Amino acid sequence: MFFMNRRDILVFAGFTILVLTMPIWLTPTGAAYPALMQTFAIYGIMVIGFNILFGLTGYLSFGHAAFLGVGSYTAVWSFKLLTMNAIPALLFAVLLSGVFAVVIGYVSLRRSGIYFSILTLAFAQMCYSLAYSVLTPITNGETSLQLTLQDPRVIDLAFTERGSGLPVPNLFGLPMTGLTGFYFCAVILVLAFFLAQRITNSPFGMTLKGIKSNQNRMDYTGFNTRPYTLAAFVISGMYAGLAGGLLAVTDPLAGAERMQWTASGEIVLMTILGGAGTLFGPVIGAWLVKYAENIFSAFNESVLHNFFSFLPDGMEEPFVWVAALFVGEGWHLTLGLLFMIVVIFLPGGIMEGVRRIGTLFRRRPDTSDGSAVSAKQQPAE
Amino acid sequence: MEAIFAQFLNGLDKGGAYALIALGLTLVFGTLGVVNFAHGALFMLGAFCAVTFRRLLTLEQVTVSETELTPWGSPLEIRVPYAEQWFGDFGQVLIDYSVPFSILLAIPVMLIIGVAMERGLIKHFYKRPHAEQILVTFGLAIVLQEVVRSFFGANPIPQPIPSSLVGAADVGSWLGMQANQVVYPWWRLVYLLFSVVVIGGVFAFLQFTTFGMVVRAGMADRETVGLLGINIDRRFTIMFGLAAILAGLAGVMYTPLLPPNFHLGMDFLVLSFVVVVVGGMGSLPGAVAAGFLLGIVQSFASMTEVKAIIPAIDQIIVYLIAVIVLLTRPRGLLGRRGVMEN
Repeated sequence: MFFMNRRDILVFAGFTILVLTMPIWLTPTGAAYPALMQTFAIYGIMVIGFNILFGLTGYLSFGHAAFLGVGSYTAVWSFKLLTMNAIPALLFAVLLSGVFAVVIGYVSLRRSGIYFSILTLAFAQMCYSLAYSVLTPITNGETSLQLTLQDPRVIDLAFTERGSGLPVPNLFGLPMTGLTGFYFCAVILVLAFFLAQRITNSPFGMTLKGIKSNQNRMDYTGFNTRPYTLAAFVISGMYAGLAGGLLAVTDPLAGAERMQWTASGEIVLMTILGGAGTLFGPVIGAWLVKYAENIFSAFNESVLHNFFSFLPDGMEEPFVWVAALFVGEGWHLTLGLLFMIVVIFLPGGIMEGVRRIGTLFRRRPDTSDGSAVSAKQQPAE
Repeated sequence: MEAIFAQFLNGLDKGGAYALIALGLTLVFGTLGVVNFAHGALFMLGAFCAVTFRRLLTLEQVTVSETELTPWGSPLEIRVPYAEQWFGDFGQVLIDYSVPFSILLAIPVMLIIGVAMERGLIKHFYKRPHAEQILVTFGLAIVLQEVVRSFFGANPIPQPIPSSLVGAADVGSWLGMQANQVVYPWWRLVYLLFSVVVIGGVFAFLQFTTFGMVVRAGMADRETVGLLGINIDRRFTIMFGLAAILAGLAGVMYTPLLPPNFHLGMDFLVLSFVVVVVGGMGSLPGAVAAGFLLGIVQSFASMTEVKAIIPAIDQIIVYLIAVIVLLTRPRGLLGRRGVMEN
């Protein structure tokens, strides 16, 4: 199938099943409600794209949230002006974020390393400041862009009457809410994964890996690396735009805070946590971060009191006090600590951890089927 | 003419803050070769040293008055700060001048934080790729700012200017212009002088002391200095502490101008990185020059006349300059050859 070898097909099939059965296997964790699963799928797309730039090509962008924001704004404008159908909205989101990525990438990619990070950071901050100030007619500033009853929606209104109440984004009449919305995102995530897999295994992907391991040597061998890095940057920007568009499809609202550089930092964190450079790792990282965010930020004092109520009276208060630092409002503290711990002890992320455990098992006496075990445990090296 | 001069002055104090932060960043980068994304958090910690110092000074003893009543009939509570009880008039002066006095608290605190940070974390990242240095210090910055938030809350905490320095100086009339044409708040003038003195002090320290000489030699060629039998690591650790002090002092003195909140550091960090890049990575004079330059440019860009031509230019001018400089002079304005060429 599509010139893929057997292992790739297995990985792809496994990933597809994993994503599409999410509502089933997430039920015991209490995360199987549509809004959260949509987030899982969307940020999965986001980090797959980011990984093409950071994991594969080795360029650390600190401004990827800008493309997410551009995608969201474009999708919402498509809803407002043209139609509530999700397909054109996503197309426009991907195209426009691609255009942004060409411009920003063309400039930023003239430098590499730390300078590249700072340049992308500068561009993202520029987009953020502009969205808050002079572009207010387009972005609606702090109140964030949303649908109104007076929107023109030319294409929709040519066929149907203007209904009462705000319309919902749909796919040819199928409303994108609840589980339908999730499956829409999930299918796109699977497609995005497939594309990323093809890119990784293509000669183009090999070139990107070569650039990561030694760009100078690639240059010396007569390769003009710049078109390749630019292509990687644009592809990953388009992925981010797609994710931003999907955010708007599931919830037609776009705010500038999505573009802030701490948001970019969170994307980096997801990728690192899962394992940059692997196909599957960043997705796991994104799911973990979003899941933990959801769980931890929902905690409050009374939940903590319940949780620690088994302790004797005097002990309960200090425990609650300490734990309260890390949950609810303080969730970012947990995130920061997690980030540091991963970077310090496990720079390869969870996937490297899995691999290390895998080698531990392989060294055990039964080497006969050890390779089969490790192949199962590191699906997307 | 007067308006331009006034904007020039307005830019200088902000430039002073940028220069102080960027100088610290460059010192860390030049000595240890580490890109420190937590430097903004150090600036923020400095600002919160001032907040803490004032809170300590204004701890009050509450006594219930026997005779006097509040207008609504309950006994009047008399609140007297302990500082006033113990030191009398000097206590009042101490409270009034809490911001400048908190420098005394900030220096040891920032030194300890800086050295602890270097020995505890940064030390292990010398040999790791720059991307990992960025990431771990970014994580540290998040942790520091969240810790501050959990203790001080999310709202900005305004700090008063000492009463004798409230108001503005008529700088224009000093220079023979008409009176009240160019006025400049006293505290901004103090901040400007302070930053100039501190920056001068750092350069003098590096230029005229043996310690500074060794550090400069180590920046140029660390290995050779090590081979001469000098414990360069220890000196570099102290330089990291010095950089932390610089950031902290910049933060302390900035509190009356901008009430500190927990994400103050992040706001300044991006800008100060831009400053470092514009000035040239690893160049100390470059960092200082670019700091003042960008402060002034930003101040000019926020003039109404300029904004009428290009709207919102004040929001993006700094980033725009960074982009232009990096594309035309990749090494920065005063960058040295061979420092972080890639």
